[in-house]
Amino acid sequence: MSVAALREVAVDYPRGRALGPFSLALAAGEIVALVGPSGCGKSTAMRLLAGLEAPSAGEVARTPGRGETAVVFQAPTLAPWLSARANAALPLELAGVARSEAAARADQALARVGLAGAEAARPAQLSGGMAMRVSLARALVTGPRLLLLDEPFAALDEITRRALADDVLSLWADSRPAIVFVTHNVEEAVYMASRVVVMTTGPGRTAGEVPVEAPMPRPAGFRTTRGFRARVEAVSALLAKGMAA
Amino acid sequence: MRRLAYAIAPVALLAALLGAWELACRALHVAPYLLPPPSAVAVALAQDFPTLVAAAWNTLSVALIALVIASLIAQALAVIVALSPLAERAIRPLASVIQVTPVVAVAPLLLIWAGLDHPQRALVTLAVLVAFFPIFSGAVSGLKAADPDLERLFDLYGATRWQRALRLKLPSAVPFLLEGHKVGAGLAIIGAVVAEFGAGSGKVRGLAWQILEAGNRLQTARMIAGLVVLGAMGVALHAVLEAAERAGLKWWRGR
Repeated sequence: MSVAALREVAVDYPRGRALGPFSLALAAGEIVALVGPSGCGKSTAMRLLAGLEAPSAGEVARTPGRGETAVVFQAPTLAPWLSARANAALPLELAGVARSEAAARADQALARVGLAGAEAARPAQLSGGMAMRVSLARALVTGPRLLLLDEPFAALDEITRRALADDVLSLWADSRPAIVFVTHNVEEAVYMASRVVVMTTGPGRTAGEVPVEAPMPRPAGFRTTRGFRARVEAVSALLAKGMAA
Repeated sequence: MRRLAYAIAPVALLAALLGAWELACRALHVAPYLLPPPSAVAVALAQDFPTLVAAAWNTLSVALIALVIASLIAQALAVIVALSPLAERAIRPLASVIQVTPVVAVAPLLLIWAGLDHPQRALVTLAVLVAFFPIFSGAVSGLKAADPDLERLFDLYGATRWQRALRLKLPSAVPFLLEGHKVGAGLAIIGAVVAEFGAGSGKVRGLAWQILEAGNRLQTARMIAGLVVLGAMGVALHAVLEAAERAGLKWWRGR
């Protein structure tokens, strides 16, 4: 069953076309990585999927209701004046959930991302990786069916980003939301996604797709297997083709 | 050792300058009404201290009342401007006119309006005029300074207009409001002093009036003593405001 789909969508801004025509259908529980050169319209595609923007042409089909779509941005995007708990509880409070219940569910979400004990901390007191985890907890707190990650680890160091990638996969295993995540990192895309969609230079179209059939969570040493390397190379080749097009 | 030197350096420079001033006055026999030596200023300061402190309090209270009034008006207008682009279009140019018009030039007019019997009202109004702008413009920028990605998050979860105002826009504006009030308070003092000069009346015996008054009698040492107190008040106020801003920011972001 499809959770969200873009059908031949195009987005035009006054300065020109930003995306498309581009199509992407997202099945329930699927993890799709969106890879493409800078300015190809990946973030625009994310905003369409989130329902935050309407396309100039084509059709967007979305089944998740309000609160069932969550977005994690490149920066943690936390409110500095709120504690980790209040930040994670924000989506619930905006939906009118009682404060005590919202706080309890936020604490659960923080515990799921490994931040039990840091509930009262302010964003300024957290490391970059911890702040990103709060951002993930905020996204998970409503139990979304569609989770959109827009270059979520781009600002983090390699060790932190690998740890977070594994965390996202194990969180995914709990409730299996459909995930779309944008990344510039080909290895990260292959590691996390069940399908890597490669886009051309802007305005982005589909340059090709690479399926990654390997068990989730990924087995230890997955990054060093021949199958992993082969898919990284396939994605890289599509990227090169899409840049030349 | 280095720390000690850093702590002493400004004091040492001040002492050297004062020493040179004192020596020059004595060696060159400068007339005291032209330039009194620092020792004479110190004597004047000691003799007039109670009067000067009372005068400083008069000036300070005018500035503080003005700060409160300016703060209320500026923030109310900023909220209106933030809610309505049309209101912003209407208010902005007027606010800029107030900002660029020198207080001294407005002072005589306000004194007439306030009436010669109530010069204090004119002084407060003049100080409000100068304190208003930094608070207003800080509040307006602050209300527009919310993180655009947080704005999108509020869109995503279908936040109402009120939720957006109370949970996003107002809290985002806090650092700008703190900065605006710090600058505004400093300007309110300047406004009060300038207004006193403009008023030139003995009804409100602030520091500026004390300086004017001493000047009229060619009591130059007392003029300088008044300036010393004014400077000290400025430094103290600045320190208090800096500390208030730091404490406010610490409260806002938790460290």
